[in-house]
Amino acid sequence: MLTAAIFIPIVAAIVFALVPRPAIAGDDESPVGAPDSESGGVLADSGGVLVLAESAVTPTALSGADRRAAYERTIQIAATAVAAVPLLLMVAAWVRFEGTGAFEQVEAVSWIPTLGVGYRVGIDGLSLPLAAMTALIFVVAIAYPVDLRGRAAPYFALMLFLMGVSIGLFLALDLFLFFVFWDLSLVGMYFLIGVWGHGDAQRSALKFFVYTLAGSLALLLAILGLYLATEPRTFDMAEIIRQQPLPATGLYATLVFLGFFLGFAIKTPIIPFHTWLPPAHVDAPGPASAVLAGVLLKMGAYGFVRVLMAIMPGTFERFALPLAILAVVSILYGSLVALAQSNLKRLIAYTSVNHMGYVILGLAAGGASVAGKANAQAIALTGAIVEMVAHGLITGALFLISGSLLARAHTYEMNEFGGLAGRARALTGLTVVAAFASLGLPALAGFVAEFQIFAGTLAVYPWLAAVGLAGIVITAALFLRMLQQLFLGPLPPRWARFSDLGRVEVVALGALIALVIVIGVIPAWLLNVIDSFAGPLVGRE
Amino acid sequence: MSDGMNGADADMAAMVADVIPEIMLIVGGVAILLYALFVPRRLQAGAALLALATTIGAGAVSLSMLSGPQRLTFFDTYARDDAAVWSKLIVLVATAAVIGLSAPWFRRDPRHGEYYTLLLFSSLGAILLAGATDLKEFVMAMVLSSATGFVLVAYHRRSSPASEGAIKYYLLGAFTSAGTLIGVAYLFGLAGSTTLTGLDAGLPSSGTNLALIVGAALVILPLTFKIGAAPAHAWIPDVSQGAPAPVAAFVTSIPKVGGFLFLARFLLALPADAIDWRPLVAVLAAATMTLGNLAALWQEDVRRLLGWSAVSQTGYGLMAIVALERSDLALPSLLFFLLAYVLGNTAAFGVVTELRGRSELTAYTGLARSRPWLAGALAIALLSFIGIPPLAGFFAKLALFGAAIEAGYTWLSVLAVINTVISIAYYGRVLAPAYFGERAGPAPVLGRWAAVATLAAATAVIVIGIVAEPFFRAFADAALLPG
Repeated sequence: MLTAAIFIPIVAAIVFALVPRPAIAGDDESPVGAPDSESGGVLADSGGVLVLAESAVTPTALSGADRRAAYERTIQIAATAVAAVPLLLMVAAWVRFEGTGAFEQVEAVSWIPTLGVGYRVGIDGLSLPLAAMTALIFVVAIAYPVDLRGRAAPYFALMLFLMGVSIGLFLALDLFLFFVFWDLSLVGMYFLIGVWGHGDAQRSALKFFVYTLAGSLALLLAILGLYLATEPRTFDMAEIIRQQPLPATGLYATLVFLGFFLGFAIKTPIIPFHTWLPPAHVDAPGPASAVLAGVLLKMGAYGFVRVLMAIMPGTFERFALPLAILAVVSILYGSLVALAQSNLKRLIAYTSVNHMGYVILGLAAGGASVAGKANAQAIALTGAIVEMVAHGLITGALFLISGSLLARAHTYEMNEFGGLAGRARALTGLTVVAAFASLGLPALAGFVAEFQIFAGTLAVYPWLAAVGLAGIVITAALFLRMLQQLFLGPLPPRWARFSDLGRVEVVALGALIALVIVIGVIPAWLLNVIDSFAGPLVGRE
Repeated sequence: MSDGMNGADADMAAMVADVIPEIMLIVGGVAILLYALFVPRRLQAGAALLALATTIGAGAVSLSMLSGPQRLTFFDTYARDDAAVWSKLIVLVATAAVIGLSAPWFRRDPRHGEYYTLLLFSSLGAILLAGATDLKEFVMAMVLSSATGFVLVAYHRRSSPASEGAIKYYLLGAFTSAGTLIGVAYLFGLAGSTTLTGLDAGLPSSGTNLALIVGAALVILPLTFKIGAAPAHAWIPDVSQGAPAPVAAFVTSIPKVGGFLFLARFLLALPADAIDWRPLVAVLAAATMTLGNLAALWQEDVRRLLGWSAVSQTGYGLMAIVALERSDLALPSLLFFLLAYVLGNTAAFGVVTELRGRSELTAYTGLARSRPWLAGALAIALLSFIGIPPLAGFFAKLALFGAAIEAGYTWLSVLAVINTVISIAYYGRVLAPAYFGERAGPAPVLGRWAAVATLAAATAVIVIGIVAEPFFRAFADAALLPG
């Protein structure tokens, strides 16, 4: 069943990629329409999103644009339907989940037994919430309107492909398989940013590719280092966790740790490895940004827990304090730089750096070597994992919103907006809830996570927790200022015809926001699942 | 008396049975030459079919030789081990693909029948080199492989880039091979034998021996030329750019199979205490991968870029040589690397061929829109060179890195990783315009057979990656004689 959740979208992606493009006027393959069909096509492309909002299309390209819009709508509905299947499968897996602390619902086939490589997937209290969150974010991102640039089928093929490999990454119980999905996710994102991005998209895509591939190759060396130490040789995570092949100290173990650290730190990202993130986020299309922030960043943090804390706990203890310090620097730096942004998407991107800092702080506290604080450590670790889920939902929503703003206004500059509260009620309402959730308002998901992180960390690293709290204050300030700039004050005359969110956008964002509220109000169902993993890991009785 | 004769006949028959694929290539090559002499011009294209049939037949026989007895044959001068058989298979499959690329390319050439003879003889040279376990055999195989290679590169006599490439190829080959026989003579003098078994037993096993070092160096130098490693790599970019595109696909990859295999066999026969070759090969590997990568960064010409990338790939492959006998992964990683590299290279040059050999970057802009299948093949080949899973190149790099780490050469793995990161920049320079750019103009293509060969090679790169187990299993059990 888990396998189906991974491969249904991947197989569908291949089918989508092979769908022949229909001959539509304005399409560059078929010069059916006017001599300027090329430009007509481009107009229709950028109108793809505007259709929903203004229902006004350049009249000359009407018939071609109509047919193209119908074609794109059909493909989008089909892709969304396919994407819903893994989500349902993850829900079903959640229902069957027992919380024994071991890997459950394992599905294994041997793949390259000569090298000890197997196809092994399964869930525990760590991977289940993340995989389910991933499935939800992808369904929403795929359904969300976007400027398709006349390449509808390849776009949805890539999104579905990315969905399959992302779910696969969280479910993988084999380091080799984990790495395969890890690398594929960055290839998929490279093409998404490069083809459907805006601004200096190619450069941003390349920067993203180079940085994260550098990280992933460091990860590959570390995986090899770990693999060569196992006896008998295997990539099976459960077996490696049982073997604990590396000692806590020594040059070899330290090098392997640093390799993993580099790979995960670049993807998470932790200061000073974050410089790929702002350009990639800003230039990516809205749904891709949502996926990047919501899902891909979690892969790094997930690796910290899944590999470093579980397989190399002794080495992790040695590095817990420096990691916690880096986390606090990320928190403060991310929030301060976000405060200085006038570009909405850059602002959200830097708050991601800030929020991932909270996650790493919680992980460091959870994995630190302190006697008798197991309860506090379990709380910190649980909080960090909740924060991964919460940040995925909240920031996913915020990036989708920024995509909607770009489609309507063609700018991310916040000081060009104002007074939108009167024009666009749904947009305002959803943005306000998302922003408040992001700054950690009680009764929303972000609060549950951050409260636990800081409560747990206070017992382990009191001073660091105190300094890190400043990040929350700064984040509150910058989100309030953002809301004020976008929605309050006088409405500039150029936005007099600014249209509110469309039906699809409201439903998609509403799903994310509703879950943020549910987690904030009744978090127990999520916390229990995560605690079934976090408790045993920190050695709580 | 008659029993003895029968015994010798039986030995002879057994020995001949060990080289049936090689004999088939000779017979096929000669038959094509005669065919080309006597049939009218409009039927010259039939030579391609004959060549294809020959490679398929030789490949089928080679396949049946897998997992047979692993032994030396022809009085210890030639190996009939799985490493050699796999090399034959890799060479023959790639040659078949190159024939597919060549057929439409040379269709208009009135005298192209004999081209296929040269092609078959050149792959025979690579095959003989891969199986050679004797220095005289090595010299003979080198000459066969190189001499045919020079002619193939210069096949378009009137093209000045082709002539330039061929001259550079020839001169570098001549310079590096000039001393080969002297080196062989030194080693023969020291060991009293030219077989690798004899060298293993007869070479002075300790102490610094200048004659041994000079002799070994004079044998290794032409091998660096053959595999395109520093310091004799400079011909690869020129040949890639100037040679007919199908020939470029051939000479930048297929002779390397032979060169790598003989290099491995030869180094293993050297006395480890008297000549510490491992650090030397590690430095060669480091220099080759770094040089190839840095040079590729500045290329504006896709074929030159692919040529420099081929140099850097050789550097990665040398990591396996460094790890020989120090890691169980060494031989599997070498064979898997050769398999992945040869197929990826054929696919990449196949795209160039199918685009009628055009090599300026602008010709690839918007390829994803105008020729989605070709763009896909190009993407698969280049992503496999980078080492993206689950493509074949990833498994090759994984095994190479693992072998080097296990052999105590972690620094080499780290350097290879840094080089891989650098390589994204130039592979991206081809892929980005192909996928992100708008179509610049029409993209005329060559013909169906080139496309089929290209797509087949690209598909193989995917399939061999996903279904890597049978290959790794076979390679793990393969013997590399006389080791």
